[in-house]
Amino acid sequence: MERAQGDRSPRTSPAQEPGAKLAPGPVTGSESPVPVLKLSDLSKAFGGAHALLGVDLTIEPGEVHGLLGENGSGKSTLIKILNGFHTPNSGSLQIAGEPIAMPLAPGQFRELGLSFVHQDLGLIPELSVLENLRVGELIANRSSWIAWRTERQRASETFARYGLKLDPAAMVSELTQTERALLAIVRAVEGIRTRQDESGIRHGLLVLDEPTVFLPRDGIDQLFRTVREIVSSGDASVLFVSHDLDEVLEVTDRVTVLRDGRRQGTVRTAETSEAQLVEMIIGRRLESSALHVQELAGHEVELSVRGLCGGVLEELDFDIRKGEILGITGLAGSGFEDVPYFLFGAENAGAGTLSVRGVTFDLPQMSPDRAVGNGFALLPADRQRDGSVANLTVGDNVMLQVLPRYRSFYGLRRRLMNRRAGELLEHFDVRPPDPEAAYENLSGGNQQKAMLAKWLQTEPKVIFLHEPTQGVDVGARAQIFAMLGDTAKSGACVLCASSDYEQLAAVCDRVLIVARGRLVGEVTGEVTKERIAAKVYSSVTLRDTTEVI
Amino acid sequence: MDAGTQPSTSTPPATGDGVDAEKSPPQERAVPPRGRLRSLSFERWALLIAWLAVVILFSLLKPHDYPTSGNFQTIFGSQAVLLMLSLGLILPLTTGDFDLSIASNMSFTAMLIAVLNTQHGWSIVPAILVGLLAAVVVGVINGGLVVLIGIDSFIVTLGTGTVMLGFVQWISNSNDITGTSPGLTTWTIGNRIGGISLIFFYGVLATLLLYYIYEYTSLGRRLLFVGRGRSVSRLSGLHVTRIRWGSFIFCGLFAGLAGIMYAGSLGGADPASGQTFLLPAFAAAFLGATAILPGRFNPIGTFIAVYFLVSGITGLQLLGVQNFVQQLFYGGALVIAVALSTLVRRQSTRSQS
Repeated sequence: MERAQGDRSPRTSPAQEPGAKLAPGPVTGSESPVPVLKLSDLSKAFGGAHALLGVDLTIEPGEVHGLLGENGSGKSTLIKILNGFHTPNSGSLQIAGEPIAMPLAPGQFRELGLSFVHQDLGLIPELSVLENLRVGELIANRSSWIAWRTERQRASETFARYGLKLDPAAMVSELTQTERALLAIVRAVEGIRTRQDESGIRHGLLVLDEPTVFLPRDGIDQLFRTVREIVSSGDASVLFVSHDLDEVLEVTDRVTVLRDGRRQGTVRTAETSEAQLVEMIIGRRLESSALHVQELAGHEVELSVRGLCGGVLEELDFDIRKGEILGITGLAGSGFEDVPYFLFGAENAGAGTLSVRGVTFDLPQMSPDRAVGNGFALLPADRQRDGSVANLTVGDNVMLQVLPRYRSFYGLRRRLMNRRAGELLEHFDVRPPDPEAAYENLSGGNQQKAMLAKWLQTEPKVIFLHEPTQGVDVGARAQIFAMLGDTAKSGACVLCASSDYEQLAAVCDRVLIVARGRLVGEVTGEVTKERIAAKVYSSVTLRDTTEVI
Repeated sequence: MDAGTQPSTSTPPATGDGVDAEKSPPQERAVPPRGRLRSLSFERWALLIAWLAVVILFSLLKPHDYPTSGNFQTIFGSQAVLLMLSLGLILPLTTGDFDLSIASNMSFTAMLIAVLNTQHGWSIVPAILVGLLAAVVVGVINGGLVVLIGIDSFIVTLGTGTVMLGFVQWISNSNDITGTSPGLTTWTIGNRIGGISLIFFYGVLATLLLYYIYEYTSLGRRLLFVGRGRSVSRLSGLHVTRIRWGSFIFCGLFAGLAGIMYAGSLGGADPASGQTFLLPAFAAAFLGATAILPGRFNPIGTFIAVYFLVSGITGLQLLGVQNFVQQLFYGGALVIAVALSTLVRRQSTRSQS
């Protein structure tokens, strides 16, 4: 990467480019024009918990404004208030100086000149590019007759204006991820322009909600060029929501950082640094979360992964020692979350091998039944869909794995099975320890403990976990951590994929960092939440270095 | 308002992927708020009680015709074919698939036996074996298309069922075939125990066998898990493909057995009447899932459902109502059974949150 590490300046910022077509953006003048959007003192609580608390956000005409923050910092709540999904508890909204009553009615954002592109893009793969582009009009059915030929030509002209080469007749399913993202963005901007033509408003705001997560590097570059094009043509300002510091530094003019529902500050991108942003995002809470430092260097390697490819992952190599709990993390979409599923055979990897105690498995041929047969266990993140059958009993769910143990000449020994299930639930402190209870009636923490009971009774050699403490209350978290610790001590290898740095810090001996499908770093020694977060947020930069902050 | 809706949107029972077929209430033995257990145990026996009520009702309406040993012998003896089909059907239904070809498959077996036995001079035993084999092969094809290619079972079996129906008309030239070996008839409806034809007892045996499999083998548990949570089962290391395929094959086997019994009780085969079993079989399977283990397709419940339906229809026929009432009764029972189980499920979901 040719980008410098120290003082990093965005490559194309109109505020810095004298040649920018537009009237100089908000960052230059102190008497800025009327903001496109102004949110003041916005608060939103769910139950008793604050998702947003007194947040202000101002977006000037002609700027790209970044919105940064960790998971749960309130970014998506803010977006959902803007599109009318959530009702705020307090706060006011002005658009182009006009006060607008909140909550917004569904779809009202369109009339206000707002447009959203979410991570899933909202395209219909079975329809053509043109149909997707015009889907709003087609549904509104403004005219019953569609002149396809003219429409195609118009679409081509539209794409050309953004410097894109997209065939209007192509199916969306044939497009690359990048092309799809660009199509969604062009569609959103066209929506704003149509609105402007109809009602004579001059402002517009395009909200890009983590659009880059699934894009390759060159796709991101192209997307950023398009974003620049949109802003400099004066059609709309852009609110760019992201996890990724580098991208935000690259494309935005100003950045607002949220943490725990509060605004940590708004800074000009050109005047900030990565380190400053990281500090704003994660804070410097000094309660160190390092729980244990285990000396494992002497232990032998039990599990090695070589050349794992699949999804966005490219050539991952790593080892796990006997008794080690290895964490793996990264930003959403970096591919870390797929690793347990590839290794377990739940998804088919493109290439790679997995060796456990001298037995080597070819990962593209891996399957869950082989994995289970060889003493692997997988606790998936989606407990409801992949982990358990909610409407069967806890006992049924827990004993599925060990049914053959209870076979007898006369059939399953159901009474014995029930008693054992009860003991097992007791041992893993599942409340209530009643095997007859419906699984769905347990709390999240107890559900997860029951899942641990299900797998740990088989004494697995290798345990793969994905977000093991998601939706789990604090008390149960501690218990689950202890159970994992015990399991590792008894000699199992544990791989834990998670985006919860606090949880990783609490259980892991070592944490690998994945960015854009590659291993880019490792946190060893004293594993703390702050060190993991710092590495993740600087992961792209760290690609060429192995230095620890 | 959001905060208020939040919890309830997160509670709807997460059904696993592709469990369309199990449309029935989820839980049978939940930790009950008081009163729950009682209502649940009433639910378990409701169908049995309804059956008794139907019998008593018609006994009162037709005191000389209905409550006679002869009538009960007819009721039990006549619908063993339907019982066998319904039992076969609950296998794929349990694993989350449909088999709409089951009735045509039965007709095909019956017709094959009749044609081989009467027109090609085969003796009855090889004819029966070939008929049974054909039914199993249909199961293999159905299951293979569903699990290997991944086509919706509804469509696959609608297609194969129609193909089988075509074969039936082809090999029979659309004629009724009669005159199969009397041995077959003897061993189906000829011999009686306590005045009830032998085929009833075949049905009872099959019910008990499936009951044993469902309740006392790990296979039974696995069938249930595959139907309720396909992804869970796969990630728990079950051979989901094999289990689903197997359920189609055994469904075919049951269709074949039903076909043998059908050929025996008709003393031959006819190309059309087999199709009329399809809807009653589904009605019985779904009605059966409201009884004994409410929410699960289960053999004992299916048994009760079949004889509940037959007792009702026999009574109506004794009252002199016309044949079309059969359709009303079966069709109505299917819709009501599915509606009931949906309502029960909704109620149990609500009572949790």
